[in-house]
Amino acid sequence: MTFYLILFILIPLATAFILPLIRGKNVVNWIPDALALGTQGILALLALMTIGKTGVYHIGGWQAPIGIDLRLDGLTTLMLLVINIVALCLSIFAVPYMKLYTSKPRFFCLFLLLVAGVNGVVLTGDLFNLYLFMELASIASFALVGFGCEHDELEASFKYLVQGSIGSAFIFLGIALTYAMAGTLSLTDLSHLLPTLSSSPVVMFALVLFLVGFSIKAALVPFHAWLPDAHPSAPAPVSAMLSGVVIKTLGIYVLARLIFNVFGVTDNILWLLKVLGTLSMVIGVVLALAQWDMKRLYAYSSISQIGYIALGLGLGTPLGIIGALYHLVNHSVFKSLLFLTAGSVQYSTGTRNLKELGGLNKQMPVTGAASLIASMSISGIPPLNGFFSKLIIIVACIGSGHYVLGTIAALVSILTLTAVLKVQKHAFFKSLATTATQLRKTPLLMGTAMILLSLLCVGLSLLMLGGFSTPFIISQAAAVLVNGTLGN
Amino acid sequence: MTYALCLVLISIGLYAVFVKKNVVKIVLGFMIIEYGINLLLMIIGFRYSADAPIIKPGTLIADIAAGTVDPVPQAIVASSIIIGLALLILMVALCIRLFERFGTFDITEMRRLKG
Repeated sequence: MTFYLILFILIPLATAFILPLIRGKNVVNWIPDALALGTQGILALLALMTIGKTGVYHIGGWQAPIGIDLRLDGLTTLMLLVINIVALCLSIFAVPYMKLYTSKPRFFCLFLLLVAGVNGVVLTGDLFNLYLFMELASIASFALVGFGCEHDELEASFKYLVQGSIGSAFIFLGIALTYAMAGTLSLTDLSHLLPTLSSSPVVMFALVLFLVGFSIKAALVPFHAWLPDAHPSAPAPVSAMLSGVVIKTLGIYVLARLIFNVFGVTDNILWLLKVLGTLSMVIGVVLALAQWDMKRLYAYSSISQIGYIALGLGLGTPLGIIGALYHLVNHSVFKSLLFLTAGSVQYSTGTRNLKELGGLNKQMPVTGAASLIASMSISGIPPLNGFFSKLIIIVACIGSGHYVLGTIAALVSILTLTAVLKVQKHAFFKSLATTATQLRKTPLLMGTAMILLSLLCVGLSLLMLGGFSTPFIISQAAAVLVNGTLGN
Repeated sequence: MTYALCLVLISIGLYAVFVKKNVVKIVLGFMIIEYGINLLLMIIGFRYSADAPIIKPGTLIADIAAGTVDPVPQAIVASSIIIGLALLILMVALCIRLFERFGTFDITEMRRLKG
């Protein structure tokens, strides 16, 4: 019984199209909120149900060469859990936060379209279908970045739109060329066909197009220019969603799936991933150090952390892949939390410029504590989750003989600590009396969302109880990538 | 030859996106890229003097595959045109908003974000 896989796409789509219809003076305010939260809650429960299961669902009952499949395996389960649980926390946060903006039902409509898109991307077993869902998610996120309709938001949205669409165009061209050579779009069939065609220059060109396209979506360093503008300009829950979930699903997940499962691993691609990862890691964190805008600093640090994930995948060893996937999960939790705390600071004080802030720890204890936990976690302080995933990646670097990369990864971790401590010092610890008097109170739901994510930060390190090289759930996901070609 | 012409069309679109400073011209560039890729897909599925891919009762799938054009690229292009339309609408809406805020279509004058 795998029909429930389609619910991951159908439920958010249905709610998204119902939400804009609910308006008028007689409508009670909380109905759209309740609908959106209920939808996210159901999705999170469904995601929990998929643990340990595998299967294929043929949409409409058509078999693979004609119809489209939805595939469920370890990696899909992991991504579904990350997407839907983080999205649930973010929509809890958005209920009070989005009062700062005009139309909440429209926000939730776009947000749910984004969730439907990313769920579709991880579930689908068809290359063109993947492109469709990717475009659904991208178009929703372009609109969400420009949601405030002020100068900055519109400019960032247009920048994101132009660069994201160039990425999409490359990916689409790659799909066309792949189809011309292989004559099928099903990922399962492609994974058996493409390794036999890998010497063909057209397939090589298609692979390069995919690499460029998805690197733009993942914001790896030469292609990162849109991220530091787009992520800070969006409303806080959207920044958290983009940094925490979207760049990983649209970028890293699809890259990993295509490279490891479909096109087959070669040394050249792994070398390229290692280079891109190391560049992103170093340049991202160095640029983050210079920022005075809280969200912009976090956005640059996202680039750096995505670099860790790409580096782990680029090592190609089972341990490296486990570290990369573990870091992917952890990063989506603590980076969402960091963006939410930045949003909470902006909600209460009206600014996110570090030079104007100070001494918020007394006024906003929940936000301060959550931010501290997330900061410690992102910079890899034991026993929080970030420590273990970074440790695994560094051990994997050394284990496969890349001593320099391991050293760089450890150094970048220290620089990350410096960057997040800058926020801690200037926003939360340094005492400054001027702005600290009349602050808006943090609403209960915003606090709840931050506490939930902080608990996840601490709780995710418990995954390590399964053993150093076989963390719970993640080892199954890594096994999918290590095994290579997709089975039925 | 026709394949190369499609790539030329895509390159013209990319040139417009990368070099032009007017937001409307950038939007047009995206449309040219999209038409180029759609045309390429159609040509991939094309076959001289072939039938339309319709399954009649009693015909074998193998005969269909041998005697008709490939239906998959046509389905893909239809979906891709719809996506292109959605993207075009969003882009044009953004252009109108940008013009309202900045009073210009020139992207070199929209430079508030940096660093």
